[in-house]
Amino acid sequence: MSKKKIETEKISWEYAAAPESASHIDIKEKYDHFIDGKFEKPSSGKYFDSINPATEQKIASIAEGNSKDVEKAVIAARNAYDNVWLVMPASERAKYLFRIARLIQEKAREFAVIESLDGGKPIRESRDIDIPLAAAHFFYYAGWADKLEYAFPNRKPTALGVVGQIIPWNFPLLMAAWKIAPALACGNTVVLKPAETTSLTALKLAELIQESGLPDGVVNIITGDGKVGAEIVGHKGIDKIAFTGSTEVGKIIQKTVARTEKKVTLELGGKAANIVFEDAPIDQAVEGIINGIYFNQGHVCCAGSRLFVQESIKEIFIKKLKDRMETLIIGNPLDKNTDIGAINSKSQLETIQGYIDLGKREGFELFQSSCKLPKEGYFIKPTLFSDVAQSSRLAKEEIFGPVLAVQTFRTVDEVIEKANNTPYGLSAGVWTDKGSKIFNLTSRLRAGVVWANTYNKFDPTSPFGGYKESGFGREGGIHGLSAYLKFD
Amino acid sequence: MSERINILKTYKIYIGGSFPRTESGRFYNPINSKKASLGNFCLSSRKDFRNAVVAARKAFGDWSDRTAYNRSQILYRMAEVLEGRRDQFIAELILQDSSKKEAEKEVNLSIDRLVYFAGWCDKYQQIFSSVNPVASSHFNFSALEPTGVVAIVANQESSLLGLVSYMAPIIAGGNTCVILASENKPFCAISFAEVLNASDLPGGVVNILTGKKPELLSQMASHMDVNALCYSDAIQEELIQIRELSIDNLKRVRSYKYDLSLTDVEHPYIINDYQEVKTTWHPIEVIGASKSAY
Repeated sequence: MSKKKIETEKISWEYAAAPESASHIDIKEKYDHFIDGKFEKPSSGKYFDSINPATEQKIASIAEGNSKDVEKAVIAARNAYDNVWLVMPASERAKYLFRIARLIQEKAREFAVIESLDGGKPIRESRDIDIPLAAAHFFYYAGWADKLEYAFPNRKPTALGVVGQIIPWNFPLLMAAWKIAPALACGNTVVLKPAETTSLTALKLAELIQESGLPDGVVNIITGDGKVGAEIVGHKGIDKIAFTGSTEVGKIIQKTVARTEKKVTLELGGKAANIVFEDAPIDQAVEGIINGIYFNQGHVCCAGSRLFVQESIKEIFIKKLKDRMETLIIGNPLDKNTDIGAINSKSQLETIQGYIDLGKREGFELFQSSCKLPKEGYFIKPTLFSDVAQSSRLAKEEIFGPVLAVQTFRTVDEVIEKANNTPYGLSAGVWTDKGSKIFNLTSRLRAGVVWANTYNKFDPTSPFGGYKESGFGREGGIHGLSAYLKFD
Repeated sequence: MSERINILKTYKIYIGGSFPRTESGRFYNPINSKKASLGNFCLSSRKDFRNAVVAARKAFGDWSDRTAYNRSQILYRMAEVLEGRRDQFIAELILQDSSKKEAEKEVNLSIDRLVYFAGWCDKYQQIFSSVNPVASSHFNFSALEPTGVVAIVANQESSLLGLVSYMAPIIAGGNTCVILASENKPFCAISFAEVLNASDLPGGVVNILTGKKPELLSQMASHMDVNALCYSDAIQEELIQIRELSIDNLKRVRSYKYDLSLTDVEHPYIINDYQEVKTTWHPIEVIGASKSAY
């Protein structure tokens, strides 16, 4: 009897394209500043381009702000504070915030598509995380507006006045919501500057705010680059600065306000340790490490960019990690199958590439998924460096991209020391099935957010913010209120 | 028979639970308004400050790991020991220009303030922490942890009460500290170190230096292993200097203008000023990413 040879056909596991339609969205050719309830041309008369990082095509022209625009916005915000917002019953302020939350939910799909077009993040993430969370933030803080006394026993909280807010490009609408919602709930008015490369959803939010009937001047939005941010930080009419961004810029802000009585909250960089013990649920930990570093192309201040894996499971764990990296789909952010979208800008692409080159030069073992990258747009393959030295810049500096630095450890004490050996202290992750070990780790890691057997989870009720050079103050939850209040 | 010769006391600084002399070998001789000498005090150097920070950092792990109940008892013990030495402190305050009535009041308030904050040690956590009702299947809670090593520029005017009023909430919260005593009124600070030493307070939790503020202020504000700074002298130019120098490691700078003879300073929010909020997440039921982000 002859052996029958079974032909095993090579099966293609390619996914069919599943792009989200962009036909229903409304983007104007040109966007002006949003001042005192109206869209106003920039006093410079200049505009800059907002680029789709996945295609390198221009999406719209955005007004370039300067000191005159900031001045107008601050005057409008002050006026609105003194004459409208401060005197309005808190329960009425709440209603406007509830309205905004609802409107974001109604327009969620449009916001999600624009967020992915403008910023390069996968549509699944904009749709399931960024936009719903932005709405949830407004909904959560709306309810606080008339209940502030209950948050601070034996104290009388009052608003600060005009708040200047500067936000980053990694979660554009979500960061706007994190900033605006608690500020307004606490009775302040706002001058907000979105990041230069991702102004669109903030400007769509301005349209939505107009639609909500929020009194003119309560929220003002000025677009532009870091120079506009500096104008806001230095403006005498602003009582408080809330900033999310790099530690470097955070320190410049501190320097600017040192001579004033401005209040400041800073949410800055991170270099989080994500720690896997030999008794961890391995497959779930692999998933968590992948989510920790490759979520949003690694453009996450709390990204789990340092993996510490216990030596005894190193081989199997790294193998599984590489296998999982191979299955990640990189490409069109608007495709619902896409796991990793486009790097936000050309300059960020170059920064990340610089770190990858550095890792190669320093001789660490490099692994990148073998996927093909799109011909156009800014893309980087998910990247992993093994056995990275603690002294390497790869293990010390925030890369803000899909680059994971792997180190190993033997004992609990060793990994705690390594994990804490950084000027940052924003977040950390722990993977083990042993409860007492979790509590040991979570209490000894010097970081503001610790995820145990999970990673990169966010919620409006959950305070977020850092230790040490990752900044100060919290956003979210009851703790997020004190950033926008003063006490007699 | 000749009169007995007094034993004059040598005043030293307090670092890591010991009483060394300043490494610099320098001293200064503060005088009171009647031109009477208070004695030879150590003119601490920047190196002394750095040594004190090392001691404070070393003590931080143990102190912050102690149970709140234990910290509470140690603060209460300080009050007990200070109460037993009331007369000594009153005499020293009088030598430092207080009237008898003022001196008595200051010592009483200092003792009472220690008792007040001793009581907060195992309570403030419950006031400021929370279980957060997140909209997903996670158990999520936020609790306070001490900021770390705190530099305290003690109040210049009120040498005992000014020191105690800010030290107490800072160590009640599990921090360790380095205190620069009042320049012109250093007496009580060093005597208070003896109280600390007799109160079961572990060495290094509180370190006390004497010396000149202009010499040490910049080092206190710029030291990279100091996590927070407490200032209460209300001199605007000094405060600006502190703020600017503290930027490199994003030190938490707190300044106060309390009238310490009132009870305004007695609240848990001042403990909270030297705490960091840590939020911890854990899945419920399903471990790991039950629904992956990918």
